[in-house]
Amino acid sequence: MKTRAQSRRTFLRQAGGGLSFALVFGPAGLAARRAGSPDTLDALMGADGPDGAAEHPFGAWVRIATDGRVLIYNPASEMGQGSMTALPVILAEEMDADWDKVRIEHSPVEPGVYGRSWGGGRGRGGSMMTAGSMAVRGYYLSLRLAGAQIRRVLLDNVAREWGVAAGELTTEPGVVVHAASGRRITYGEVAAFAEVPDELPEVSEAELKSPADFRLIGHSVPRHDVPAKTDGSAVYALDVQVPGMLYGVITRAPVHEASPASFNEAEVRGRPGVVGTVRLDYGVGVVAETVEEAFAARDALEIEWAGGARAEGFDSVAALEAYTGIADGESRGRPLSERGDVAAAMGAAANRYRADYFNDYVYHAQMEPLGAVASVNPTGDGAEVWAGTQAPDMARAAVARELGVAVEKVTFHPCYLGGGLGRRTMADYIVEAVKLSRSVRRPVKLIWTREDDLQYGAFRPMSLQRLTGGVDAGGTLTAWTHTVVGDGRGLLASGISIRYYDIPNQRIEMRGASHGVRTKHWRAVGHGPNKFAIEAFIDDIARGEGTDPVALRRKLLKGSPRAIAVLDEVAEMARWGEEPPGGRARGVAFVERSGTLAAGVAEISLDEATGKIRVHRFWCAADGGMVVQPRNARAQIEGGIVNGLSTALVERLTVRDGRVEQSNFHDYPILRMSDMPDIEVRFMPSTEPPMGLGEPGVPVAAGAVANAFAALTGRPLRHMPFTPNRVLEVLTG
Amino acid sequence: MPTTFTLNGKPVTSDAPGNAMVLWVLRERLGLTGTRFGCGVGECGACTIHLDGEPVQSCRLRLSRVEGRAITTIEGLSEDRSHALQQAWIEEEVPQCGYCQSGQLMQAASLLAANPSPTREEIVDHMDGILCRCGTYGRIIRAIERASAVNAAPAGRTR
Repeated sequence: MKTRAQSRRTFLRQAGGGLSFALVFGPAGLAARRAGSPDTLDALMGADGPDGAAEHPFGAWVRIATDGRVLIYNPASEMGQGSMTALPVILAEEMDADWDKVRIEHSPVEPGVYGRSWGGGRGRGGSMMTAGSMAVRGYYLSLRLAGAQIRRVLLDNVAREWGVAAGELTTEPGVVVHAASGRRITYGEVAAFAEVPDELPEVSEAELKSPADFRLIGHSVPRHDVPAKTDGSAVYALDVQVPGMLYGVITRAPVHEASPASFNEAEVRGRPGVVGTVRLDYGVGVVAETVEEAFAARDALEIEWAGGARAEGFDSVAALEAYTGIADGESRGRPLSERGDVAAAMGAAANRYRADYFNDYVYHAQMEPLGAVASVNPTGDGAEVWAGTQAPDMARAAVARELGVAVEKVTFHPCYLGGGLGRRTMADYIVEAVKLSRSVRRPVKLIWTREDDLQYGAFRPMSLQRLTGGVDAGGTLTAWTHTVVGDGRGLLASGISIRYYDIPNQRIEMRGASHGVRTKHWRAVGHGPNKFAIEAFIDDIARGEGTDPVALRRKLLKGSPRAIAVLDEVAEMARWGEEPPGGRARGVAFVERSGTLAAGVAEISLDEATGKIRVHRFWCAADGGMVVQPRNARAQIEGGIVNGLSTALVERLTVRDGRVEQSNFHDYPILRMSDMPDIEVRFMPSTEPPMGLGEPGVPVAAGAVANAFAALTGRPLRHMPFTPNRVLEVLTG
Repeated sequence: MPTTFTLNGKPVTSDAPGNAMVLWVLRERLGLTGTRFGCGVGECGACTIHLDGEPVQSCRLRLSRVEGRAITTIEGLSEDRSHALQQAWIEEEVPQCGYCQSGQLMQAASLLAANPSPTREEIVDHMDGILCRCGTYGRIIRAIERASAVNAAPAGRTR
């Protein structure tokens, strides 16, 4: 059965209460005064097309206005990685949309419609989480098919209207063409009469475009979000204002997960502007009329914390040292991978190697501190929420659970994310805003200060990596063991596999610890620490064997021509065989992450008086399959390298007596412009499906720097970050 | 006592307390949210504005200090993204998450206003306090160089 295309206005009318609330109170009111309105503005204003042209849905993903404008829904969070543009590019390619007429909005938070399968196949529905460099990879096929289905509907309608066979019709961007008669009709004109079936016609993969015919994929269209990020108009959650809104701040437990036993509730409630206080399991919230009053009231809080939190008394420096004892212990950990006979190979080895590598806790430090705006309705059975999150579906469900209502009762407005890095896969800050709003029955903007964000963070776990290796008399690496020790389970395991390296006997295992400090995925997860240790250890072995580090890796990678090609490419970029400029040295690393193979070379120098490492240049070659947006993809690799260098050189979080010792950027530095190397990135030409490019730059950095340092000084760096003090210890030790 | 000052060329009066920070007055009372909150202690530069043409961090600037003075925010850098730096930012596709970029642009604008053709060292020296977590530093440098090259006379609207 076929139904007449429903206009946007009808759709909005039928959408009912939640959305109409947004029409009145949305950020549109704030943003409408500015040029370059945010992408959700049209939806909030309830107009049809931008110029009032009637807009017709073609399935869930696209609406075509009679003036030819095409609205494409973006299902992914935009945290800087650019998939808000890349995903619509993929759909527009197969639809043959005219990119100049495309506008982009966040899709509704409906994972059953807009989610992706984890494996990246054509399965419908699933997760709307943006993480693990999965957006482009996970949506590539399904959005191509969706675009092709829409194109098919357009062709079918024109064929019927003109009385010609659909097979005689072709498309150019935004236009259906009948070459035999010379007739042309725009997509907007088709939309005016199109009948769109409830279920779009099936299209097979074989009917998709050949990559040779791509007009958009691989051609770097400008990022949709960039203009609004050059004039201040991009709307992040902290920018949202709604009428009657109050301000909330929370003092969270100085020891993670400790509970407030009591606090000076009456005194704080009596302060100017204070509307309410809220006791949480791990903190106390204050809600006030103005942001200044909220901060002042929070300063006046005196909280007695109950004892018994797991992290009480915890000392991270001592605990990391104690990991050595856990690694020494007889008890075997959880096996992650086992292959061949390690004991026999190690016993037969001519040379044996062993090294311990250490990593400190690392904090996300996304530039926008956490925060959200929540408006729980007066009866408490529904809410409207504005937040920047990597998992809007999970956040919406968490809010519904908190209120004990169906998810349909929660209207969720995704905002731009001022960085994610994994922290915003958690919904803690969003549920907090809901709790505060529910308590005072008014809209509340919850603001985390930088100190809150850092000290009640959820960190990349610290870890010890113990590696041993055995090389036989013929110079072949035949035995390998890797034991990781730490508190973080799967966070520690990612990247520990060395499946691209052909080492016949391997044992990889994890040994746990438990500290009560919150941990979480951090860009590239365990790949950062694990690849640092693995790549530094490979160079240890190369030095011991007198082998060139690139040559040794080529030998180990012999089963993977793609990996060898990546390594050769970066060696050529960096002129690996030539002497570096005086006082400098180069180091190499190879990694896989999110399906992408990447190799990097760092060129460094060292101030021997201060111990400061300077990274002058960084080259990176990557094979991530087909690259949808090459220009942006280079930016993602660059950014990953910068994050990786930042953790390699300066980032360090410690816990003493159960409390995080750092509080802000003065004692938790991140890489600055003056530390920035010249970075050159190349992608290997490929027609394979795209892989993830958001993260592979991270793990390639530290190993390359450590190996360059060893090439320069003959001494290994084995504890990230390589702070000047640690470098001096290594030089004098 | 109300505070009166010039904001992006227009006179404004705020009833906020004199010890309120200009960052929050701009964002929460005057609706100019392009100036971002990043650290609150003057360590990251996301909140950088111009006070009488000089770059300052508005998270540490008390309202009472701006009586009778002139503030320019990112919203006042140009009306239509026409400032040479904004154009260069778009050309070089600088922003990723974008959160620090208002501060980066305001800091860069103060550089070009004083020094239309800075060297790379001068750029890095001037910009070094403004943190970017996404690692866009290289593109920021290139964008400033691009803007300085097309911008022999300093860009108009910053004072």
